[in-house]
Amino acid sequence: MASLAPERRLGRLERPAMTGVFVRELVNYSAYWRSSAFSSTVEPTIYLLAFGFGFGSLVSRVGGFEYVEFVGTGTVATAVLFSSAFPAMFGTFVKYKFQRTYDAVLAAPVDTEELVTAEALWMAVRAGVYGCVPLLVALVFGLDPSWGMLTVPGIAFVAGFGWACFGISIAGFASSIENFNYVVSAVITPLFLVAGTFFPLSELPRWAQIAGNFNPLHHCVELVRHAAFGFEGVTDLARLGVLVLFGLLMWRIAIFAMTRKLVD
Amino acid sequence: MARALTRTRARLDRQAERVSGDLAIRLRGVVKRYGPITAVDGLDLDVPEGTCVGLLGPNGAGKSTTMRLLTAQAIADEGELEVLGFRLPEESKAARAQCGVVPQLDNLDTTLTVEQNLLVFTYLYRIGRKERRQAIERALSMANLVDRRKDRADKLSGGMRRRLLIARALVHRPRLVLLDEPTVGLDPQVRQELWALIDALRAEGTTILMSTHYIEEAQRLADTVLIMSHGSAVAAGPPAQLVADHAGREAVEVYGPPPRLAEAEAAARAAGLLTRRTGTSVSVLGIEAADGRAPEGERRPANLEDVFVLLTGEEID
Repeated sequence: MASLAPERRLGRLERPAMTGVFVRELVNYSAYWRSSAFSSTVEPTIYLLAFGFGFGSLVSRVGGFEYVEFVGTGTVATAVLFSSAFPAMFGTFVKYKFQRTYDAVLAAPVDTEELVTAEALWMAVRAGVYGCVPLLVALVFGLDPSWGMLTVPGIAFVAGFGWACFGISIAGFASSIENFNYVVSAVITPLFLVAGTFFPLSELPRWAQIAGNFNPLHHCVELVRHAAFGFEGVTDLARLGVLVLFGLLMWRIAIFAMTRKLVD
Repeated sequence: MARALTRTRARLDRQAERVSGDLAIRLRGVVKRYGPITAVDGLDLDVPEGTCVGLLGPNGAGKSTTMRLLTAQAIADEGELEVLGFRLPEESKAARAQCGVVPQLDNLDTTLTVEQNLLVFTYLYRIGRKERRQAIERALSMANLVDRRKDRADKLSGGMRRRLLIARALVHRPRLVLLDEPTVGLDPQVRQELWALIDALRAEGTTILMSTHYIEEAQRLADTVLIMSHGSAVAAGPPAQLVADHAGREAVEVYGPPPRLAEAEAAARAAGLLTRRTGTSVSVLGIEAADGRAPEGERRPANLEDVFVLLTGEEID
């Protein structure tokens, strides 16, 4: 009886291995896409509506933009965060601890590096799609379309990859799901609020402005805003560089954390 | 250059060994520690191609750790491991491509259908697009799940889920199947059904390594049984041979109140006979060589359970 599996020696980061993991996510997604799409798009849209029209009735212009346009472009980063970091944290932990999915995948010719990479790429693709929803809502409410907006899925993808790897790393280091409360309260919430989504960082004290430059979400917010209202050349390239570096750093940390977790 | 030649030669040697049809699994002096606990302690294991080998041992004997070592989900601290001619952990991925693993704990995607669960693994095992459909049909048919293909995994009975786990492990026609406690927690009827499935697999010539703590399972399915205790092998051989070597041909079962059992046990031991407690009786073993020193009781053939208890101890650790 001839085996259907390949006999040759296998290398690192192979496309067939990552395709296998990707297909697993895709087939599973067909079973839960409604709830996932709902939570990842409705929440940022509510933020957009609440801040844009609630707060916007008190503040008409911020940083030279209509407030609803300012928030509409900023909440793209919120959608990216919600559709990458949170599913990565909770999803990874559940698949590792409760469903034991990773035991099944790693028994096949797939390594932890491929598993983590494919899962992060999958979440980045989702973030690229879900990230556009607030922008579409803002367009409905009066944001003028521009060609630069076509780059938003790409920006959301790059940022989503970094945040997905961040979430996988947290799941890899956490010993229980309750530990996520510390990360959400002490890390994600401050980063989310001090990203320039709802108010410009220029209004904050100097030290907070400097700290904001270390927040990848801030660079995502600024890039999306500039995609809509006009890019700023080298500055925006540097912002993209920060997101790429954040993604690469988090990717390696996520692989380290999950290898520690999955291989005894 | 010299190093490349050495590597090539080593690989050819391994391939030659594989072609000679010797061993699907070869472990030598394997040690795995978790902090102060040594889960596997100098284990040697040979699984010849085309045979079914049973790893028999009580809970905590190191069976599941051994299984994890074979898929490189645990990395040995010492020793040599080879699976299908590939050295572990360096070449584990190539070995895993030709292995099927049935885990002890159910890890199916419960929201997917039977067919979708198999489809995912055709991708993970890199089955070509043209062969994918046929591979799924074959696995469904082998596990007798053709009529349940559209059912979600969480709607299946425990036995069907186990069958699906086995089908999933067979979807790429592996050369070696690792079964970790394949029938644990199942009804006798379901267990028999799975035994038939494993037996059919064995008849096809697939090499099987099966861990179990069910003695009957090992006795029925395994060509060779390796008894493990405290992380190492304490005996290995065909079940009948193990019984003959360690427990003799016949045993006497002595029943009675605890003082009577203690008395029978002491008398048998004084006469140089081996004994073991069964909970309700004392078994005195090897009575065919007792020369009239055997106590009164019910005679029965010695069995693998006698060997298991003799070699792994009567007390639970």
